[in-house]
Amino acid sequence: MDTLAALGHGFLVALTPYNLLWSAIGVTVGTAVGVLPGIGPALTVALLLPVTYGLEPTSAFIMFAGIYYGAMYGGSTTSILLNAPGESGSIVTAIDGHAMARQGRGAQALATAAIGSFIAGTIATAALTFVAPLMVKLALLFGPAEYFALMVLALTTVTAVLGSSLARGLASLFLGLALGLVGIDMQTGQARLAFGVPELLDGIDTVVVAVGLFAVGETLYVASRHRFETEEIYALKGSKWMSREDWGRSWKPWLRGTLLGFPIGTLPAGGSEIPTFLSYLVEKRLAKKPEEFGKGAIEAVAGPEAANNASAAGVLAPLLSLGLPTSATAAIMLAAFQQYGLQPGPTLFDNNPELVWGMIASLYIGNVLLLVLNLPLVGFWVKLLLIPRPWLYAGILVFSSLGAYTLNNNVIDLVILWVIGLLGFGMRVLNVPVAPCVVGLILGPLAEQQFRRALAISQGDPSVFLTHPISAALLIIAALLVIGPMILRHRSNGAGKNDSASPSGTHPAT
Amino acid sequence: MTIRMPGAVKGVLTAAVLATASLAATPSLAEIKGLEIIAPASPGGGWDQHARTLQQVLQDQKLASNIQVVNIPGAGGTVGLAQFVTAKKRTPTVLVGGQIMLGAIVTNKSAVTLDQVTPLARLTGEYTAIVVPPDSPIKTFGDLIQKFKADPGSVSWGGGSAGGSDQILAGLIAKSVGVDPNKVNYVATAGGGELLASALGGHVTLGMGGYSEFAPQFQAGKLRAIAVSAPQRLPGSDTPTMKEQGVDLEFVNWRGVFAQSSAKPAELKELQEAVAKAVASDEWKQAVKQRGWIDLYQPSAEFASFLKQERAQIEGTLKDIGLVK
Repeated sequence: MDTLAALGHGFLVALTPYNLLWSAIGVTVGTAVGVLPGIGPALTVALLLPVTYGLEPTSAFIMFAGIYYGAMYGGSTTSILLNAPGESGSIVTAIDGHAMARQGRGAQALATAAIGSFIAGTIATAALTFVAPLMVKLALLFGPAEYFALMVLALTTVTAVLGSSLARGLASLFLGLALGLVGIDMQTGQARLAFGVPELLDGIDTVVVAVGLFAVGETLYVASRHRFETEEIYALKGSKWMSREDWGRSWKPWLRGTLLGFPIGTLPAGGSEIPTFLSYLVEKRLAKKPEEFGKGAIEAVAGPEAANNASAAGVLAPLLSLGLPTSATAAIMLAAFQQYGLQPGPTLFDNNPELVWGMIASLYIGNVLLLVLNLPLVGFWVKLLLIPRPWLYAGILVFSSLGAYTLNNNVIDLVILWVIGLLGFGMRVLNVPVAPCVVGLILGPLAEQQFRRALAISQGDPSVFLTHPISAALLIIAALLVIGPMILRHRSNGAGKNDSASPSGTHPAT
Repeated sequence: MTIRMPGAVKGVLTAAVLATASLAATPSLAEIKGLEIIAPASPGGGWDQHARTLQQVLQDQKLASNIQVVNIPGAGGTVGLAQFVTAKKRTPTVLVGGQIMLGAIVTNKSAVTLDQVTPLARLTGEYTAIVVPPDSPIKTFGDLIQKFKADPGSVSWGGGSAGGSDQILAGLIAKSVGVDPNKVNYVATAGGGELLASALGGHVTLGMGGYSEFAPQFQAGKLRAIAVSAPQRLPGSDTPTMKEQGVDLEFVNWRGVFAQSSAKPAELKELQEAVAKAVASDEWKQAVKQRGWIDLYQPSAEFASFLKQERAQIEGTLKDIGLVK
């Protein structure tokens, strides 16, 4: 009841017209920076910090929270329409989201992303309100061994995006793992595969690789085939609203995405990509038509988009209850707390209840505002696809290059983008799937660091991965996810021999 | 963003009034027109916060106008340093940097070093705290040293990136208690939340980091500080120093600001004066206090000789640890 009363009071704070206005400004700015590549919520909040100095802290944080949530909504837009993910949490969205857009179902993809984000954001905010301290306590149980097991589990996502050829899929995965090695090794400080280029020392940015492989590679490919093929794409087919079937196929992924996103978001080293990977994997495994995945399955947009928004709320749990910043944006919000002379940390809830609860209440309100803002925008965004194709493609290339440059204000990133783009073009020509490469790039380095940390702490004893219960459980689930489908397929093959009347009774899962 | 609210207007007015008041109090100085501050790190980190605070104070105190902060992150600041050294700028440009940069220059075999820039001023510093979870059997720094001497590998030292300040301090501690620095079982994290979480969760034997970063956890009883690397106990804290506990070490993670070596003497003087005035202002002192930094201002000449010593110590320690051959 205490929580409800405090939340009620928070709503009174957040619902004053003055604070509502700041929330509205925040979500609008957030949506805008989410759509623009290269400018993330972290940079935006950092830029606004000096400007907000004269504001009441509560109003400023309400605006920051709006920016943070808004950017999560906006990120999916470029993924779906242009195949250019603006941030790493919406990379998975691009896979099926863009395929939907090419089939004239961009509006439905944007709608399921927006509604899924709203539902996930609201449920996760409720979870933040009521179970944050408990979740954070659980999150602290995760040490390097547990993280490693989680990364292994997430890595099984690869089985869902391998494509038709195992060899090609694995080649792509290993390419990603190799790209992930570039840069300074965190444990020893030594450079790997950097070839003396200082800009490579911090590794290759995931977003640059994703945009290079997806947007630049794909665009070059389509442009190279333009004269020979007259594939009809990009038209808005039929209604721009989600059909009954779309709703039916979306609601469960929304909920499952939320369930994955929030807890992983609370993990100090979880990251927003991992729940989106897991959501994609889960949806493909549970889907009635897994063969549609990769070709525009709405579940593959609904689930991951819900997951990344839920994880955004999850990130706030350790920030507010312990003062633990677990993402770039959270780190800047922490700096902002200090700017106002507030002590972020375990005492924040007691010392500044008005601010904390006002901000939490504003998250609920911000979610509603975002839905109101984004659903009508769907009609506007899909109009982008009516731009004549040569112009649109040129636009995508300019937009991608601009985004890559703004990330670090560095020309080298442009070179990397274009080299990776050419690589993506080559992979597209040779029919090598690009998604496993991105999965390997993101998860490889994380898994490696946690693996080595775990072994350093155990002084080289590898049994830690099995003696820690959480780690062991996650590894077993991962093993089942890989072996399970093989057994099922084996069985159905066996059944096929006995009963040749139903040879295509089941679809292989990969 | 262009909508001005009463609160904001009030804030701007207050700032303007304060600025005018302080301007009237101090003899006015030639304003630097157009200044670029390079923060060689991503937004949000210590260097970025120093750059932005400096920007704010220089602007409010009318010491410079039209100031821009540019973030050039990468490789412990050496990417920003390299661009700073080679850039030919029309406007005066300064670079924020710190101790981590010294280590990064050596470990990354950076082509440019701090020899190619002019030290302008040391600004602030932070002392390192050594922390353990509340239920840890290690109660004092002495307990830790005892355990470490008995079996160096059994103590896992959680801290920031490899070759950074925390690992250097761990190496210095090992050396001063007579253990081979190469034996330190150092677990590098991305710092910030990741480090805090592994200390809070007890996944490492101890955590190392800036005292102020951990301070809220001490108050809430979630972490215990067993030692701080300061010359004496910090104000408002009863954490004993390393010296008190028999390890003769002082260690500060400092941050400062540098000018381009191509800057003309007149321009350099102007910048030095502007920075000196800025750090003397109440606004700067207030900001330093709020962010939990410690004012360790040193003007150009003293900073340069401090840097020389610091470099020798850091390069030596990195060799002892085995990160640099």
